[in-house]
Amino acid sequence: MHHSIEINDLSFTYPDGHPALHNVSLIITPCEKVALVGPNGAGKSTLILHLNGILVGQGNLRVAGLPVIKENLGKVRARVGMVFQSPEDQLFSPTVFDDVAFGPIYQGLPQEEVEDRVKEALAVVNMDEYVHRISHHLSMGEKKRIAIATVLSMKPEVLVLDEPTADLDPRARRSLINLLKDLPLTMLVSTHDMLMVRELFPRMVIMDEGCIVADGLTESLMEDEGLLTAHGLEKPN
Amino acid sequence: MHVHFLDPYRSGNSLVHRLDPRIKFILTLGFILVASLTPVGAWPVYILLFSIILSVEVLSELGVRYVLKRSMLAFLFVLAALPVIFTTADRIILTFSLGTWTFTITQAGLERFISIFLKSWISIQAAIVLASSTPFPELMMAMRAIRIPRLLVAIFGLMWRYLFVLADEALRLMRARLARSGHSDQVGLKPGGSVWWRAGVTGRMAGSLFLRAFERSDRIYMAMISRGYDREVRAAPLPKLRGVDSLIIVGGLLLLVFLLLFAILFWA
Repeated sequence: MHHSIEINDLSFTYPDGHPALHNVSLIITPCEKVALVGPNGAGKSTLILHLNGILVGQGNLRVAGLPVIKENLGKVRARVGMVFQSPEDQLFSPTVFDDVAFGPIYQGLPQEEVEDRVKEALAVVNMDEYVHRISHHLSMGEKKRIAIATVLSMKPEVLVLDEPTADLDPRARRSLINLLKDLPLTMLVSTHDMLMVRELFPRMVIMDEGCIVADGLTESLMEDEGLLTAHGLEKPN
Repeated sequence: MHVHFLDPYRSGNSLVHRLDPRIKFILTLGFILVASLTPVGAWPVYILLFSIILSVEVLSELGVRYVLKRSMLAFLFVLAALPVIFTTADRIILTFSLGTWTFTITQAGLERFISIFLKSWISIQAAIVLASSTPFPELMMAMRAIRIPRLLVAIFGLMWRYLFVLADEALRLMRARLARSGHSDQVGLKPGGSVWWRAGVTGRMAGSLFLRAFERSDRIYMAMISRGYDREVRAAPLPKLRGVDSLIIVGGLLLLVFLLLFAILFWA
């Protein structure tokens, strides 16, 4: 049995010389749901972009049992469902169907299977009716759900989300939280939404200035108000 | 993560960097004008122009290699001038056939082509030094100083500002596509899809980028209006040009005019 995510001593510096990650190590086991929190610029997004080799730093990285190296990138990307913060970036095709079908078509799956995958993925996010809609015309909450469907159609092992509840109204946020609660996948979610963290994620990782400064049970870390304040976070009421 | 490679400016503290942007802009324009008006075949003048721009490159501390590498861009323009080799009537140097076509190279044609090549190569170097040693806002100030319509300058400014935003957006789109370009564990599948499908996806991405740029321009316009924009571009008054700066401009222009007259007298 492999770990879902295994990061060992990962460091990364942007080409302009700005250091973004500093000796980060993290292990996430299958079906674990982990929240990644920290102030803006802490390195959360940079870390996430390493999980499927879009950024490459120094250190060891295994995802879904595969070392993240050049030869494996195709397989790694099929196993990591990465949902970017802005669904505008995630949804680059004109219709919902085209977008959800992109991953399966790219993998070379036969037409019937592509259609099954699309149907299945849309059913999971409760958007079955939207298959022929134009992505451009959807509301923010709908776009977020479709964005998640675009990676579910690849049947990933790990789901990585960047700020899933940003820009959502309370109702859309609630239905997204319920959706994430029911998905039986390994999850690493970068977020500022501390209420959601408390509700959804038993484990919490705090990053600041490119380092992991705390990693533990959400319950106990949330009680440590000194720690939260020191890293620009707030305890939810 | 942002796209920076589009901005040609390279910071530095050389003499050329410190010059008033208006001097640089006016002299660069004058230099390019003289280079393009110099008659065909005035080789000594080309050498003089080249040595002038070479000295400026050395003074600018940008590195001559850096400028020369970028100046390869001139080859694109030169391609357009390729037909003159064959279409100018004069003494024939060489004739050759390609299939049913016969090409004739004439002496005047070749001279004209080499002249065009050298002129565009020298001119583009001047433009590169200007763009690499002057931050864009200062260039805009120089444009205003020589009375380029303010609206046009404002459009240049907006283009420069949002080019990066657009490039960032394109980068994020491509990243999202990359993240879903995976290989299945099932054996025997060929990843990547068909060429037509991929071309279609790319085309639609370009289309959505265009739509977004269009919508963004609307939002920007609304944001401008809500801060009082009334279709009239206003700008802070220009700082006064120092006496020595005016002297440099006049001296530089005189030198260029002299070069041009010299070239026209002997070679036109």
